[in-house]
Amino acid sequence: MKIAVCISHVPDTAAKINIGSDQKTIDQHGVTYIINPYDEFGIEEALNQKEKFGGDSEVIILSVGGEANKESIRKALAMGADRGILLKDENPKDSFAIASILANEIKALGCELVFFGKQSVDYDNSITGQLTAELLNFSCISVVISLNLDGNKVLAEREIEGGKELVESKLPIVITTQKGLNEPRYASLKGIMSAKKKVIEEKSALAVNNLTGIIKMNRPPAKKSGRILGTDSSVVPELVKLLHDEAKVI
Amino acid sequence: MIKNIIVVIEQREGKIKKSSLETVSTASKLASETKSFAQAVVLGSEIENLSSIAEYGVSKIIHFKNNDLHNYSPSAYTKIISEFAIESGSDLIIFPNTSFGKDLAPRIAARISAGCIMDTIHIEISEDELICRRPIYAGKAMLDVKFLSEKKVLTLRPNVFKAEKISGSSAEIILKEVSAPDLTTRVIDIKKSEGKLDVAEADIIVSGGRGVKGPENFHLIEELADTLGAAVGASRAVVDAGWRPHGEQVGQTGKTVSPSLYIACGISGAIQHLAGMSSSKYIVAINKDKDAPIFSIADYGIAGDLFEVLPKLTEEIKKMRS
Repeated sequence: MKIAVCISHVPDTAAKINIGSDQKTIDQHGVTYIINPYDEFGIEEALNQKEKFGGDSEVIILSVGGEANKESIRKALAMGADRGILLKDENPKDSFAIASILANEIKALGCELVFFGKQSVDYDNSITGQLTAELLNFSCISVVISLNLDGNKVLAEREIEGGKELVESKLPIVITTQKGLNEPRYASLKGIMSAKKKVIEEKSALAVNNLTGIIKMNRPPAKKSGRILGTDSSVVPELVKLLHDEAKVI
Repeated sequence: MIKNIIVVIEQREGKIKKSSLETVSTASKLASETKSFAQAVVLGSEIENLSSIAEYGVSKIIHFKNNDLHNYSPSAYTKIISEFAIESGSDLIIFPNTSFGKDLAPRIAARISAGCIMDTIHIEISEDELICRRPIYAGKAMLDVKFLSEKKVLTLRPNVFKAEKISGSSAEIILKEVSAPDLTTRVIDIKKSEGKLDVAEADIIVSGGRGVKGPENFHLIEELADTLGAAVGASRAVVDAGWRPHGEQVGQTGKTVSPSLYIACGISGAIQHLAGMSSSKYIVAINKDKDAPIFSIADYGIAGDLFEVLPKLTEEIKKMRS
């Protein structure tokens, strides 16, 4: 079984986001990058599934972007993935374009099980997995918090508002992963050392057009600083009055 | 530029979700602004109050009916909606940005080669183009985006667009019986969290952080939430510590929320938490540390001990309500 995990290389969630001078991208100054946190659940799940499948199963990490993405691919290899492929494209791509590039590669590799994080924490679209699945004519279950594969059959729980759905499907499939699915492992020292010897293949990405375009990136509307009413419960009646009369929210 | 709009209605257990009324209302306004035609599509078995959709301004409602469509089936829904979109010459399809819409919208986009813009909080027509504003980095920045494709798929963030009734409007309901839907991928069971309101849908959220000091003290948060009819939220720290389920997590790696009122208790306000809730209409912070970053975005703050303040707050609200 060939298992693919598609990952994004994103600014750390602790990073302050400032708008760049082009007003279309962020200011890179002082921003550190990490593997998209939701993708780590996908990597962990792929490694667990590989163990279950055994034989000559392998986990292949795919990422679309620039040279810098290799850093995140290397981290995934240190966690235990077998090899990586960087689909190189330095130009900004929308989700549809990225999905087209990934689908093309996944088809060529012959993977039947594909993992994505449920969304990347930069553009927050939460669609690349589903788009890729449709372009490949694969099944897809998104926002998965438990997964059970039995031969060709797939049974998964996905998170919805106020509960979860139990979903039945079959291979080949794309799964998008949510926190709660597993506990992603830390790379061991041995893993980090062996990752240095693992191959990251570089390919130029399939040429595709974006179907959406960025006009402008803006700062969020500034929230005016409020007031501290006091330091103990004596101000609670005042707070309740303000919420009722001024804010009119209770 | 837009000629034919489809609004996909979300139903759960045969009931139409409130966020879908917001999408219908928005689509009907967009249709009158662009002189285009808007119709609503719903898939399911029996659906309560289907005609009520008409009050929000669409003149045609298509009900694709089959018992196997009662629960969501990504494969069946995708096939039916994308075929209908092509057959009816639709060039804009609108969904609510819910777990349903987020799952389904991109699938339809892929089938009809449409650009897909998600989680929009503002739309406008400018120079004959549809401009969409959406939060990115969980709200740390805003992005104005446009479509470069002829066909367009759009999702709207719940609780942002208004659901407004238009008096005297009525709609034609067209029933289409579906035979043998493609059930390759389908929901076979739904497990509801017991009687709990979800942070993503709540109008008021009471959230607890590390300052609550332990899972055993969360009853203080829950009691206030119950009194207000609010959902319980949590910071990443307490979810990571296993005090609360991850479904309650608010922030960049949890849920992004924009309720009318957000009460943060014992939450210092890490940057990734603020990103997820700073668009709330009103924010109340209760925290011992008066220098905590949460106070910089709070409308009202109490720099005191939550163990003393919360019971009093619950009591005062009960008093006011009685």
